[in-house]
Amino acid sequence: MTRSVRRTRRMLQLAGAGAAALMALSACSSSSDSKDASGSSDTSSASPKVSGDITVFAAASLKESFTALGKEFEQEHPGTKVNFNFGGSDTLAASITGGAPADVFAAASPKTMKIVTDKGDAAGTPATFVRNQLEIATLPGNPDKVSSLKDLTKSGLKVVLCDKTVPCGAAAQKTLDAGKVELTPASYEQDVKSALTKVELKEADAAVVYKTDVKAAGGKVEGVEFPESAEAINDYPIVLLKDAPNAEAAKAFIALVQSAEGQKVLSGAGFLKP
Amino acid sequence: MTNPHHTTADDTHPHPQGPPGLDAHLVVDRSGFRLDVTLTAAPGDVVALLGPNGAGKTTALRALAGLTPLTEGHLRLDGTALEDTPPESRPVGVVFQDYLLFPHLSALDNVAFGPRCRGAGKAEARTQAAAWLERMGLSGHAGVKPRRLSGGQAQRVALARALATRPRLLLLDEPLAALDARTRLEVRAQLRRHLAEFEAVSVLVTHDPLDAMVLADRLVVVEHGRVVQEGTPADIARHPRTDYIARLVGLNLYRGQAAGHAVRLDAGPVITTTEELSGPVFVAFPPSAVTLFRDRPSGASARNLWRCEVAGLETQGDQIRADLTGELPLAADLTTVAAAELDLHPGASVWATVKATQTHAYPA
Amino acid sequence: MTSLDKPGVVAGPRSGRPRRRRVGAGGRRGVPLPLLLPALVALAFLLLPLLALLVRAPWHSLPDQLTSTEVWQALQLSLVTATAATAVSLVLGVPLAWLLARTEFPGRRLVRALVTLPLVLPPVVGGVALLLALGRNGVIGQWLDSWFGITLPFTTTGVVIAEAFVAMPFLVISVEGTLRAADPRYEEAATTLGASRFTAFRRVTLPLIAPGIAAGAVLAWARALGEFGATITFAGNFPGRTQTMPLAVYLALQNDPEAAIALSLVLLAVSIAVLAGLRDRWMTTS
Repeated sequence: MTRSVRRTRRMLQLAGAGAAALMALSACSSSSDSKDASGSSDTSSASPKVSGDITVFAAASLKESFTALGKEFEQEHPGTKVNFNFGGSDTLAASITGGAPADVFAAASPKTMKIVTDKGDAAGTPATFVRNQLEIATLPGNPDKVSSLKDLTKSGLKVVLCDKTVPCGAAAQKTLDAGKVELTPASYEQDVKSALTKVELKEADAAVVYKTDVKAAGGKVEGVEFPESAEAINDYPIVLLKDAPNAEAAKAFIALVQSAEGQKVLSGAGFLKP
Repeated sequence: MTNPHHTTADDTHPHPQGPPGLDAHLVVDRSGFRLDVTLTAAPGDVVALLGPNGAGKTTALRALAGLTPLTEGHLRLDGTALEDTPPESRPVGVVFQDYLLFPHLSALDNVAFGPRCRGAGKAEARTQAAAWLERMGLSGHAGVKPRRLSGGQAQRVALARALATRPRLLLLDEPLAALDARTRLEVRAQLRRHLAEFEAVSVLVTHDPLDAMVLADRLVVVEHGRVVQEGTPADIARHPRTDYIARLVGLNLYRGQAAGHAVRLDAGPVITTTEELSGPVFVAFPPSAVTLFRDRPSGASARNLWRCEVAGLETQGDQIRADLTGELPLAADLTTVAAAELDLHPGASVWATVKATQTHAYPA
Repeated sequence: MTSLDKPGVVAGPRSGRPRRRRVGAGGRRGVPLPLLLPALVALAFLLLPLLALLVRAPWHSLPDQLTSTEVWQALQLSLVTATAATAVSLVLGVPLAWLLARTEFPGRRLVRALVTLPLVLPPVVGGVALLLALGRNGVIGQWLDSWFGITLPFTTTGVVIAEAFVAMPFLVISVEGTLRAADPRYEEAATTLGASRFTAFRRVTLPLIAPGIAAGAVLAWARALGEFGATITFAGNFPGRTQTMPLAVYLALQNDPEAAIALSLVLLAVSIAVLAGLRDRWMTTS
């Protein structure tokens, strides 16, 4: 525990220094940026005039639903194009603070979002747009008869978890702690998709992943709900980025995600309402 | 040890268990090239395969060693057929052109390599190798790596390595070509001695007529994959049968029709010879027999006098070899002084003459 | 006839010295600008990121970072598996290189192209391919599992396999090149002395191409040490068992960049130490 606290403090120091440097760097160009942003801010969601490309950095678990929403957005606003960069939230956050050009960041955890907001790279406050809950993914038909978190400790059962450094791993650890289950997995995977892939390929017998991932895998895995998952419900925040090249369209996209229509698509993918 | 100096070329002595020595008819077909030579040699013979580059000499050698398979023909050594024997099982030793001494092994281990592969123990192989090096006068170099050996020493180590397997056929590929001119003389003499002591058949391949004539009892001249002439060095030097051989032995050679002392050459002019022959003949004379004049020599008989043009000049020691074209293409040797006096240069026109007594005609 | 002995130019001691002098003269004449500029840019391009790593290294907290058991576990595992993968590559790769360089068989060119495939394949794809082949449910793996009870994913052996898969082509290509450059007539000379083809390979060819093999092994080892994609895909990530240094670096980067930098420095230092140790060999063969 103390170790992680020390780490966060160090991170904050680092982030502060970085943000200061960044502000100093962007001082000369910020005036024109803000003028543009303020001039177009009131034409956000209702206006059909948005156009151009936007780039959305989104957590890997959002791939299916955001891709669908992106198509919808492009149809609603002809002349726009939504480019996605799906990946681990931490990797995405690191790219954004490293200067990757993006309009929108949708993270799988508030913690990763904090990396971006701490650096001052977000425009405004992030809003939680969905929540995700863990589930156990087992082989189709659940041949090992896994029905609880404790069942994962059965000997001979190969279980993979996400690494503790990525959100799904941190969440899984939280549920294991809550259920007082001691589990030695076969592997700590680098992200949720690779954890799921191991079960899909039948290399692992079970994995602790998000509901949405189980749903996305179709019939290739079977989901098993477990009560401890309530301890680790994950908020997904979304935010407009400060250096967004196309802020108008980006705002329109965020609005779509938060709209009833967007929420329908997301809950269809297994997400919980915020 | 048998007498190495077999003077006779025919060596097909009848023998109850098949003749000892080498009896080979080598046919190798390879993309547009066909080698077809017959080689026979008695134990103790040293045969030189002489020919221009690309004539197939090395192919013949590789076929004898088993490194190139025969398309047709046969290969018998001391009565045993070897056509289908892989190289490692043939009683054949090879001295390669650039020796191919294993660079990572000492001279001693290079020589011991063969005995080791043929089943001798390590100590035994080394003892044998040391004895071979001693015979070659290289005892002091046993522990030396090949790159520290001089060309002549490397050549002797290569010979020792080939002989250490006690072969019944020793093959030498251009054994002196890798040496510079100075060591060459010396090594040639040594090699001659070692070959003379060797009791089985030696076949060496060379494009150098001097090496061939010094080292071998018998020459087999190969051109375009075929044997064009065969005989003792002296015989071949006196009676070359192709331009290549004539050039090699330094003779001007022409083919023609003889009628008495006059031979009408295929090239056109008539040449007068001392021999009296008729029918197809060869006429040969050395370049030193040619005398050159800038102006038509007055008073000289018109016989054996041709108008030529200098095509090229080449310094050879204190001599100049003039390559002439014109009525009769020929090579002429003259001293540097004479060349200067005649003001010879490519394109200069000259008169060339040769005395009948210095020509040599023989039936084709 | 004496002409043949005549062109007696002493060729012996001519080779060494003038060449060295020529190089010196070339240096004095200067390097042409169109070559010098890109060369310097290339050098900067290659060195700057490493320099940045050193500049931004958390030097004061480095001792803390480096004394953690996870780092040493990962480093030890990396060194052990990279060395094992190199050994596997040598035992299997050198004969393959010989086959490609010294024999003719139908489809040799195709085989050669296939051998180099892992060089261009994204390592993650290689990892997936390995799962499909050797995984518990893989084409071959299912038999390994049901007959011998051997499963390779999530094991240290799996790490070695993934690293060897990615590293072996480097060795094969390097050794094949050396073999092609080596004079095959040495093998012929050995056969005329009574050596079988295998003996000729073992006692003559192998010592001759040893420097090339060493260079190839270093390449393979370096590649194996840095292997990430195939390893994490095929062998997973478990500290002490399959978490090699690159995996530890990647995962540390997720939430503790300082730890990642510290780990990278360790990897860098070890690599430099090993490569410098092998420098002489490396220089002479490449």
